[in-house]
Amino acid sequence: MEKEACSSAFSKMILEEAKINKDIMVVCTDSRGSAKMGTYPDELPEQFVEMGIAEQNAITVSAGMSYIGKKVFVIGPASFYSMRSAEQVKVDVAYSHNNVTVIGISGGISYGALGATHHSLQDIALMRAIPNLTVEIPSDATQMRAIIAELLKAGRPTYIRIGRNAVPVLYHDMSEIKIGKSNRWFSGHDAAIIACGQLVCKALEAAELLKKEGIDITVVDMHTIKPLDTSMIGSVAKECQCILTLEEHSIYGGLGGAVSEFITQNIPVPMKICGIPDEDVPNGTDEEVFKYYRMDPEGIAKKVKDLITIKTTCKNE
Amino acid sequence: MLNEQQIKKLKIQASGICEKTVELIYHGGGGHIGGDLSEVDVMVTLFNYIKYDPKNPQWSGRDYFILSKGHSSETYYTLLSEYGYIDRKELDTYGTFGSLLGGHPNKKIAGVEANTGSLGHGLGMATGIALALKKNRKENRVYVLTGDGELGEGSNWEALMSASKYKLDNMTWIVDRNFLQISGKTETVMPLENLKEKAEAFGFKTVEINGHNFDQIFTALNIREKDRPVCIIADTVKGKGLACAENKAEWHHKTPTKEQLEQLKKDMAEYRKELA
Repeated sequence: MEKEACSSAFSKMILEEAKINKDIMVVCTDSRGSAKMGTYPDELPEQFVEMGIAEQNAITVSAGMSYIGKKVFVIGPASFYSMRSAEQVKVDVAYSHNNVTVIGISGGISYGALGATHHSLQDIALMRAIPNLTVEIPSDATQMRAIIAELLKAGRPTYIRIGRNAVPVLYHDMSEIKIGKSNRWFSGHDAAIIACGQLVCKALEAAELLKKEGIDITVVDMHTIKPLDTSMIGSVAKECQCILTLEEHSIYGGLGGAVSEFITQNIPVPMKICGIPDEDVPNGTDEEVFKYYRMDPEGIAKKVKDLITIKTTCKNE
Repeated sequence: MLNEQQIKKLKIQASGICEKTVELIYHGGGGHIGGDLSEVDVMVTLFNYIKYDPKNPQWSGRDYFILSKGHSSETYYTLLSEYGYIDRKELDTYGTFGSLLGGHPNKKIAGVEANTGSLGHGLGMATGIALALKKNRKENRVYVLTGDGELGEGSNWEALMSASKYKLDNMTWIVDRNFLQISGKTETVMPLENLKEKAEAFGFKTVEINGHNFDQIFTALNIREKDRPVCIIADTVKGKGLACAENKAEWHHKTPTKEQLEQLKKDMAEYRKELA
């Protein structure tokens, strides 16, 4: 399967766009290497700002430049941009209506054995509670490009969380992707998985495994966590009568939290929130950690079957 | 240099702003009166000095001013009203439910360039604005007023490093150095001295002035140094003008009594009479 990292997709795209649009600015915090910015800093030094290891100031300075009309993309580790700079994102970007795009790289458990200091497993909970902030977790490079293209046309305060590694390319047509609109895969009615980021791919694999057992499910790629596509959630809840959410985030406050807030208040159906438990995560690669928490395709398929059992029990009671 | 007539005019205007600010706080039921009054003379001079157009707050040729010590908003609101950004009726809503004029300034108010309130943001915001202006090859200047206690926030020092790195000679940082913060003396809470040496070490062309001497303020605002941002440390008196509040930390946020307001009015009238 063809693979591409969301960060590479961004850097290639922004280099070409910035050559044409001189208002585009990229801001880094000693993160140009991990952000895979490539030749951008050398080719466009006037449109590149290096802030050093100072994430708080990077966000505020980005907001200031945006106020003067620059299209600013500030890119660095998700763990630091979302938590160390949380206040700057809240005050200087979102509350101040400055159209900065904050791109958190190596999100979730991408950094693997570098551990909890570098993991961002609370970023979605934090960012989605901030008014006037759009929150995105693209599942592949095409989604990343489509989101950036939309933001270049019409900026808005945005937090995008992407992973570190190359991920399978799931989409080929950018026109299928819109901020605030999820992408539905399959039309099964036995259960629905609502997933985001690199786990969408695993959800699709789980759906294939279940299909072999005669279980037809729907998979929703919920790349926009805020504003949430509640119309899609309502539809799949009605059709499937049970929902499993799947995310590379704490089980508290992320995609699962967002979906359950809508479900419990509008169309209550059995739900299971699958994410990283509230505990110290063992050292290892992201793949090893997913396997440990049974967030691999086999484990996800098992969780779906358990959920279907609950749904059936509820119906029979 | 200012001539005697200009200084006298500024003194009279500042005494009026001081009086109106205290009145605003009295009628609004509270405000950060200490820091409001320490900054009056600097703010009045700034409003007489920088380029702006109240009829067109977004005028592209304007200079930018950011009140990083956003809690000292009452002086700012009084001045914005004085210069026609806010009408009198709007000013009177201060302290009431749903007023545009909250405890901290917001860009919804004409003339306000940044939403401040949380300390340690103004310097970074000014840096971003100055950097973008420089990249656009614009001549506009950026002024930012911080408190002194505020400098405990580490984000300020990140901003100073970046302003210096990018040689932002279109930026002036003013410190309202009143030596007090809510818990007491700045030098007891978290020592800042030697602040001038610190600012210099961070790359700023730095001067220390008497923040109540209009000629010194005016002269300092005129400082330009190629490739370097400017820092003006304005030594001030917290609560300046309101005799009962001067140099008292407990007046950081307080509402004056009717008697205290009347006394201030008498004092200011006397002061203006002497000047005339």
